[in-house]
Amino acid sequence: MAELNHYLMLSGVLFTIGTAGVLLRRNLITVLLSIEVMLNAVNLSFIAFGHFLGSADGQVIVFFVITVAAAEAAVGLALVISLFRHVETLNPDAFRRLRG
Amino acid sequence: MAHNLMLFYAFGAIAVVTSLLVVAQSNPVYSVLLLIGSFVALAGLYVLLAAPFVAVIQIIVYAGAIMVLFLFVVMLLNAPREDAVQSGIIESGAARVLGALLAIALVAELVWAVSRSGAAAVGATGEREHAWSVTEIGQIIFRDYAFAFEATSILILVAMVGAVALAGRHLAEKKS
Repeated sequence: MAELNHYLMLSGVLFTIGTAGVLLRRNLITVLLSIEVMLNAVNLSFIAFGHFLGSADGQVIVFFVITVAAAEAAVGLALVISLFRHVETLNPDAFRRLRG
Repeated sequence: MAHNLMLFYAFGAIAVVTSLLVVAQSNPVYSVLLLIGSFVALAGLYVLLAAPFVAVIQIIVYAGAIMVLFLFVVMLLNAPREDAVQSGIIESGAARVLGALLAIALVAELVWAVSRSGAAAVGATGEREHAWSVTEIGQIIFRDYAFAFEATSILILVAMVGAVALAGRHLAEKKS
């Protein structure tokens, strides 16, 4: 039987992978994907805690996190598109000046 | 229930390996497709945790809608491969030592936090054997979390208007 600690360890490993992706990658799309990995790691620990506490609140919070992630992805990708139109690259180091 | 633990390790291994490949891939299209695999593995874990509603939402909304949005943008931009790291910051030795120390600190903190927050430490009242039904989840959302639910609907509306305004700005400029 998988214990709560198993799920929390897995969640921590996934969160660390996502953090590494955000810090190491030089591609805005991959950085956004790494943020999704981090969000999923947190979702997993919410559901694990909810299950082992015998409560459905964890699932409800994950429902809201997924909604917010959808909004974040839409706005983030719109920003990436309009940035790409300016400089024709996805390297975040290229966006040093934020003047229009 | 030994098969439960085996399923946990199988889904967990798939999630970790695909997430690592998402971060390691240089082609964003492969990254998106591998992330869908990671989401499906996590959905399997949610079923193990008696949360089939969230597992289905995960596959329909996350793996379906959000990842298709990512895939559309990747193909629309037809982005070149990632540039090699050009800045000298990462190459310097001091930054590497500092980065390694910070990574070790992060992992140590996670292990410390996890080892102290076992089921006994959080006062677990015991897990439910049967899965939560959609009816129960819906009653909780619309009774206890009704305000948060309405707030997220406004958030979605704002995000939709913002995304259209940001990505469609050049159309407005062309017209004027």
